[in-house]
This record gives sequence, structure tokens and C-alpha cells, in this order.
Amino acid sequence: MFGIRFNHGTIERNLILLGVLTLITISIGGLVQVIPLFTVESTIERVGGIRPYTPLEQAGRDIYVREGCYTCHSQMVRPFRDERERYGHYSLAAESMFDKPFQWGSKRTGPDLARVGGRYSDEWQVMHLRDPRHLVPESIMPSYGFLDRPLNYADIKDKLATLRAAGVPYTDAMVANAREDLEAQARPAEDGSAFSARYGRARQMDPDGNAKAITEMDALVAYLQMLGTLVDFSEVTPERLRQQ
Amino acid sequence: MSHAVERDEITGTATTGHEWDGIRELNTPLPKWWLWTFYATIAFALLWVILYPALPITGATGLLGHTARGEAEQDRLAQSAAAEPMLARLRGADPDAIIADPDLRAYAIAGGRVAFANTCAGCHGAGGQGAPGFPTLADDEWLWGGKLAEVEQTIRHGIRAPDDEATRSSLMPRFVADGMLTGAQANDVVEHVLSLTGRTTDAAAATRGAAVFAENCASCHGERGMGNREMGAPNLADQVWLFGGDKASLLRTVSLGRGGVMPAWEKRLDPATIRMLTVYIHSLGGTEAR
Repeated sequence: MFGIRFNHGTIERNLILLGVLTLITISIGGLVQVIPLFTVESTIERVGGIRPYTPLEQAGRDIYVREGCYTCHSQMVRPFRDERERYGHYSLAAESMFDKPFQWGSKRTGPDLARVGGRYSDEWQVMHLRDPRHLVPESIMPSYGFLDRPLNYADIKDKLATLRAAGVPYTDAMVANAREDLEAQARPAEDGSAFSARYGRARQMDPDGNAKAITEMDALVAYLQMLGTLVDFSEVTPERLRQQ
Repeated sequence: MSHAVERDEITGTATTGHEWDGIRELNTPLPKWWLWTFYATIAFALLWVILYPALPITGATGLLGHTARGEAEQDRLAQSAAAEPMLARLRGADPDAIIADPDLRAYAIAGGRVAFANTCAGCHGAGGQGAPGFPTLADDEWLWGGKLAEVEQTIRHGIRAPDDEATRSSLMPRFVADGMLTGAQANDVVEHVLSLTGRTTDAAAATRGAAVFAENCASCHGERGMGNREMGAPNLADQVWLFGGDKASLLRTVSLGRGGVMPAWEKRLDPATIRMLTVYIHSLGGTEAR
């Protein structure tokens, strides 16, 4: 009798058939994952208040990455009741849309920092970074007193231009005035109207109180103090959090 | 190619028909339990896709309409509803009545401990032990008063809180930096302050400093340096020092002033939480009744 038993033996003995069937199987798996995303306009929530980092914040963010803060601190409040009670509203995709790279992290040796902005005073942050055990005796965080050295921001304009190339919507004026904006934010005694015009509610500050120099400490604290503060959650409704 | 199925003589199981150096491979069927478990996982996955939002397509929320964010919100509402009866009693009762009621007191202290760990411990320490510049709460020394109502007022409105109009403020002047005292006078008055606790090393300077103290310091800290809670002026005649009681620290205090900031929590915490914090903080070491 002439009959083909279509079993794995048949497929394994025919190289071309094996190749074609393998391709079809993998394609199905891939397309199932990819095609639905084409039907979604954006997975990022439409909430107000999100802006690119100011040059000083971006410099601080680079220090955050350089020092590996993400190895012990996450920046991702998950949608659980206990996390909400401790840290505040759960993190939105929109809040890290300008993070290159994002700092969500995956381990909490220290607390989550996604909403640490404004939780403590600037002075507290500086004291705590210099000597964490001065304020929290049981802390195992390293001391970062060496951040009191001057910040090197010679390349801040190039940094912003690079980030713009990567998709962060810095305007021409923001890139052109990167250095001026960084200095304006770090010198609260000076007129910051041009800076404020570009970066909205961003606050001028000199956390370490050293008016003579812009330090790495100033930059890092400026970054920490804006974390999680951009979105006004009193205006956020469930509809605005939905994917479109 | 032969389609005849060869069977192994000993086990009676079919073989694959392959042969290597006289060795043949059994084509043992998959165990039934394993096979059905495998089918069950496939069925489970299909059910999951139907019930839960497994596909990133707009509107594909699954039959159950479940979202992680929605579940978190439900959890929060359920917790609020469960806690509400006690929280309502806490909001309604005045603090003295709370510590008189064992149930309410226990609830407030348990809730206050959690809120304290999250809100206050960063500055005041995990057990309220304080740190240089941040007052100890686990004792019965108070800058602005240790009665329940006074503690609650401090939590609500803070001290020198920039965003609260009802905050209490006082200012230790920058005596030397602003030219009110010379360096020598500052040294004398610090020696006088040290003498209040029997620690002066220069009796002559301390005597000279007494006059400086009477003129510049006594209006807030009192003639004998006992402090004044109306102004949050600390007692200088005890061994409790917020910014350090050694001579160098005192010189810095007199020269450049001091003034810590306690944030105002009225707008950030709900009234029941503030009340629980009040009772908890009072319980740490407080004995001051109404």
C-alpha cells in the first residue's frame, strides 16, 4: 500500500520540509507578538507635566548611572497597595519615556527612588549622601562625600544634542543654551527667567550651599529632587492611563 | 524504506527502525500522565488568553476585565473601607481621649509606628533617636512643647516650613556674621553657656560672657538659659544639644545661627495618620499630659 505516515520521522528525513515547517512555526510565534503592537498607537500614557531633564538634572543622572545607584535602588513603583502606601502612585511609562537608559533597576537593597523627589530637603540629601549613617545609623549605603568636587559639564551641550538624536525632544534653544541653563539652575541667586521659560517648574537650587562651585553633589541632588514630581496625579484619570 | 514496525522482543515496544552498530532505539510512547498534563497546559494558556488581558490590542482586556492597576486600586479601596471605622474614630476623638481609650491607643500606636518609619525616620531616626541637627523624639525634652496638642501642631504645620502660613518660626541670629557680636564676645558668651553646665574652662571669660548673654540671649533663652518653648528656644542648662554642645559647635551656632526645618505634613498626610503619629511620637518618651 502506498501511504505516507506523516510523523516526525517523515519531517526529520526531509531537510527542505523540516526547514519550511520550522520557518512557519517561528513566524507564527513572532507575528503573534509583533502584530498586535502595530494596532496600538502608543503604550505610553498621555499625562501632562512630563518634560526632558534639565541640563543639571541630566548631569546628575549621569552621575547616578556612573556610581551604579541602580544596583541597589529601583525606580519603579509597582501597582500594589503596599508600594502605593510607602512610595506613592505607581510609576507610569510616561515618567521614564526620556530615560536613556531607563533606571528601573531590579533590586532594592535601598528603597525605591521613583518618587523620592521632594520627600526630603535639599540639605538632607546632601548630608545623607556625604554620610548616610549620620542620619540613618542602620544604613549600609556607601558615603559619597567625594561628590563635593566640581562638576565637569564642558560637554553638556553635546550630551543634549546626542539625547535629541536618540529621541528626547530637546528644542534648538535648549541645546544651544545647555551650559547657560545648567549654570542658571545651580545658581539660585541669579536671574533664572530664561531657564524657567524653557523648563517650566524646574527649581533653581544650590543644595550644598557652596555658591562658589557647581559640584557633582548639586547635580545629583537636583536629579533626585525631581524624580517622580513631574506628573500631577490629581489630574490623572483612568482614561488617560489607558493605551490608545 | 520499510514501513513495517519492528518490535523489541523483550519489552514488546516498537522501535524507531534506526540501527547503529547493531543497537536499536526503542520508540517508547510518552507517559500518559505527562502527555495529558502537556495538553492541559495548552488548554490553560488558551483560557488565560480569553480571560485575562494577554494580547496588547486595544480593548483586549479579557473576559474578566482584569488589570494589575485596577486590582491595586481595588486593594486600596478594600483596605480603606476596612480601616475606615477606626480612622473615623481617630479623626473624631481628641488626642487625650485617644490615649485614655486602650483600643484606640493601641491602634494609633501601631499605625503611627508604620507611618513614622515611612515619613519621619529619615531625619528623626528609626526609633526617634534623632541625629545631630534633627531632634530626638524618644525623650521628654521638647523644643516646642511635648503635650499631645503641641506635638500634633508641630506635625501639622511644621517648624519654619516654607509652605505653611501657620508654621512656627524663630530665628537664632547670626550674631558674629551679621556684626552684632565680635569674635571675642562670642567666645565669652560661649564660655558663659558652657558654665551653665559646669563645663567652662575660662572663668574670667564666662563672667564677661554673662553680661553679653543677659543683653543678647536672655530674651529668648531666659535669664538662666532655661529656654522658652513659646519661641522654640532650647534649654541651654541641660545636656541635650541639637547641634552639638562642645565649644566649637557652640561658637558656630553663635556666629552663623541655626534653624532646622520641620516640614508641614497637613497637606500630605490624612488627619487620622497625623493623629496616629502624634500618639506614637508621644508614646516614645513623652510624659507630658494636657
